[in-house]
Amino acid sequence: MTETPLIGSALIDTAVAQAAESPLAGARIGVVTFPGSLDDRDAARAVRIAGGTAVELWHAESGPEALRGVDAVIIPGGFSYGDYLRAGAISRFAPLMEQIVRAAGSDSAANLLPVLGICNGFQILTESHLLPGSMLKNDHLKFICRDQKLRVENNSTWWTSEYAAGQEITVPLKNQDGQYIADEKTLDALEAEGRVVFRYVGANPNGSRRDIAGISNAAGNVVGLMPHPEHAVEAGYGPESASGRSTGTDGLGFFTSVLNHLVGGTK
Amino acid sequence: MSGERQTVETRKFNIDTVEHAAHTPQTSLPWAELGLKENEYNEVVKILGRRPTAAELAMYSVMWSEHCSYKSSKNHLRQFGDKVTDEMKEHLLVGIGENAGVVDIGDGWAVTFKVESHNHPSFVEPYQGAATGVGGIVRDIISMGARPVAVMDPLRFGAIDHPDTARLVHGIVSGIGGYGNCLGLPNIGGEVVFDAVYQGNPLVNALAVGVMRHEDIRLANASGVGNKVVLFGARTGGDGIGGASVLASESFDSAKPSKRPAVQVGDPFAEKVLIECCLELFKASVVEGIQDLGAAGISCATSELASNGDGGMHVELTKVLLRDPSLTPGEILMSESQERMMAVVTPDNVAAFESIMDKWAVEYSWLGEVTDTGRLIIEWDGEKIVDVDPRTVAHEGPVYDRPFHRPQWLDGVQADTFTSSPAAAGRPADGAALAAAVLELMASPNMCSKDWVTDQYDRYVQGNTALAMPDDAGVVRVDESTGLGVSISTDANGRYSYLNPYEGARLALAESYRNVATSGARPLAVTDCLNFGSPEDPEVMWQFAESVRGLSDGCRELGVPVTGGNVSLYNQTGGVAIHPTPVVGVLGVFDDVARRTPSGWVEDGQAIYLLGTTADELDGSEWANLRGHLGGQPPKADLSLERQLGGILINGSRDGMVDSAHDLSEGGLAAVLVESCLRFNVGARVSVAAVCERDGVDAFTLLFSESQARAVVAVPRSEEIRFTDMCTARAFPAVRIGIVDAESGSLHVQGQFELSLAELRVAHEGTLPRYFG
Repeated sequence: MTETPLIGSALIDTAVAQAAESPLAGARIGVVTFPGSLDDRDAARAVRIAGGTAVELWHAESGPEALRGVDAVIIPGGFSYGDYLRAGAISRFAPLMEQIVRAAGSDSAANLLPVLGICNGFQILTESHLLPGSMLKNDHLKFICRDQKLRVENNSTWWTSEYAAGQEITVPLKNQDGQYIADEKTLDALEAEGRVVFRYVGANPNGSRRDIAGISNAAGNVVGLMPHPEHAVEAGYGPESASGRSTGTDGLGFFTSVLNHLVGGTK
Repeated sequence: MSGERQTVETRKFNIDTVEHAAHTPQTSLPWAELGLKENEYNEVVKILGRRPTAAELAMYSVMWSEHCSYKSSKNHLRQFGDKVTDEMKEHLLVGIGENAGVVDIGDGWAVTFKVESHNHPSFVEPYQGAATGVGGIVRDIISMGARPVAVMDPLRFGAIDHPDTARLVHGIVSGIGGYGNCLGLPNIGGEVVFDAVYQGNPLVNALAVGVMRHEDIRLANASGVGNKVVLFGARTGGDGIGGASVLASESFDSAKPSKRPAVQVGDPFAEKVLIECCLELFKASVVEGIQDLGAAGISCATSELASNGDGGMHVELTKVLLRDPSLTPGEILMSESQERMMAVVTPDNVAAFESIMDKWAVEYSWLGEVTDTGRLIIEWDGEKIVDVDPRTVAHEGPVYDRPFHRPQWLDGVQADTFTSSPAAAGRPADGAALAAAVLELMASPNMCSKDWVTDQYDRYVQGNTALAMPDDAGVVRVDESTGLGVSISTDANGRYSYLNPYEGARLALAESYRNVATSGARPLAVTDCLNFGSPEDPEVMWQFAESVRGLSDGCRELGVPVTGGNVSLYNQTGGVAIHPTPVVGVLGVFDDVARRTPSGWVEDGQAIYLLGTTADELDGSEWANLRGHLGGQPPKADLSLERQLGGILINGSRDGMVDSAHDLSEGGLAAVLVESCLRFNVGARVSVAAVCERDGVDAFTLLFSESQARAVVAVPRSEEIRFTDMCTARAFPAVRIGIVDAESGSLHVQGQFELSLAELRVAHEGTLPRYFG
């Protein structure tokens, strides 16, 4: 698998050129494609815009080589396997997921693989037990697509360090099964350990418990959320920001956070 | 999973072979039940020189149906080709007749787009009908060699408060979302209209756009003797049998049994995988010709591929992978199971083809090969069940010159103008009445916010959406390195077409063209979905003929060609036809979508200009509709004025002279002022006195009339002189009517009324949630 652009071949050269100039280009971030993944190319574009190098990963690859030596992994949005059975329930059994689960939960703290699950990726992470809880159909039973305001509750994860704690950001939300649930004990533990990373601000869009939009594992290397930061990285194609008109790029911080971690290790 | 052979033993039928048919001329066949007329059946017998086999009858019946053969419309549709000028051909790469038209947008990029109907299936089974409508049009786009990049859905429902409307709205909207969202295609626009004439016959049209490099264009033909024919994608099942012939080509009759089994069932996941797998096939150049399976399934794919290519094909039908092993050969040929494609592959590429199928876990079976015999031969376990000249199936079906005449009632309708009617009594005269009228208009079913619908569609996926509903047109970027992109709008007004079908079609074209120009794009090409009643009714046929004449004339006047589309007839319940509804989609191009013009005001202090002039043209308007009146003549469509206006809007966008723009159409200036305020919650102060005086109309007429070739733009202070100079130089009327006021939080029409944005928003956004939850 080579890196393929969204459309056509012009992009590869541009992306490579950009990446080569970026001090962050040395960081290679894998983007997984399952049958039915939709936002994989968008996540790869977000990595490139943030200055990193995006690497395609294929769900069916097995063995340690399957991860192609990437420094971090994004499991993108979409309807992998058509959401049949239950969102994420089939994808979690992909050979590649075995490698991701092992690397993300590695005993050695120094070698933890950073993993970001977006929307369907979040659902796959809960099905894989890298993150607790699960997702139900939205409480209003409809698909919803809207610009969603979130509060960053925890900026000490690998994927949120470029944000200020309490910062409010706007990124698109688009899903059918976005209602986060877990038992009360788990929810209490998540809160106590600061693992609620994002909360919905304003009206709760889907009935998620305690307005939770995204959570992390205990080590902070694995983060999952329902909204789509990769759709808020490029002015002109993002959500409506305070200045109006699809100029919002609040999602970029996810990608610069992990890249800075990987390259600088400073934050 | 490849080439797995079904156990033929379990599938023994009394096979009606060609040989058997030749020896049993007296056998009676159910041609009438399959939708053929007696003269058509006799023609089949004449072509074959014997009675058809059951399988041949199945093929002819679906391929000669109205839906597949265009037998009533063909004679009229010729005008789209006949009236094409050299100017219009300039950007055309593939015209009418293929799965979809293709236009050149520069830099080696091509765009293909098309709109189609799925009206009848969506009434019978709203979710699946609407879902498979999206699926079908997307496969048309893929089979041209393109990656689909966006969809749009023009929808028309019955009265918003009719007890059956909620069933259709919920089912159709969630069907479109459920399928399109799962394919990863941004839904960037469309229409939602409510009118009692669509009560028993909603219109569910679906448009898709795809992009490709010029060299990637693929056509549906089977060339190269000895090349292999392969069927891939989903298995063939019993769904959609007779969909095209029985469902799409007849009027509804409540006395007959439910036609639900004739509706296909969609699997969007299978289609998403099919998209990726086809794009990989194209990239690897392993297919010679490709055709999607839609209406008429394998009958259509085999006969069209064969007759477009070297003229012959040999197929073994028992090799078709089935979901239901009890299907008869005729049913297999007619099945409209979704998510299937047929391709022609050279023997050298068979292994490469199979490895791509295996990578995506897509099932396939090799059915046969291309021949030069001029015959399409289909065998069932070695016994010949079809032996036909494929051209007689695909292209040489019956053509009807249906009688048509102008309805006598039309004179009376056209004489009954709104302004002279009792419905106009008590028309709003003072500021308070105008304010109430604006609120009523903006809360009305057709003018209210459609967020309830569009929030159920993903507009972000693929990351290239630059404009989407509620902007005038949908805009997507095609090339990330240059910003090259396209703009698309679909429009129709059934009331205008009812009053005057010739003008109605030109008005639909004018609005769609204006919307694309308003976004800043240069209009290039047209697709249409012509929704009408029964062609067997001479008055409906007249409406159809007039609409085609109007649309083809209009295209020539604007210099944009029709590249493809769809005709949907028999849209009626009992004896009552829908309004003639020609939906027109216009595609335009931007050198750089960063230059697009959004609707809605943002910057405080910008000057608001009204372009164009306003006359008393309330006939057929939304306001007249609210007062229950439909009569008179629709607004005048002056396409040379539209061209001038388009030029101003496109230049204004390219040179940064306009910051926002909104076209005036249904609901007139009142709707545009309110929508421009609510888009980003920014108010305005407007004065209409000077324009009223110039145009000789009162404030009510200025606000509610639907005169054409108008737009409202916001111009930055620094650009005002340049902008007005441009309008003056082009002798196009432009008047400054107000100023953007970011602080006021209201729409203030000076001397008339002031409405707070909060109040307007409640009115505008409350309607659909109130009816549909």
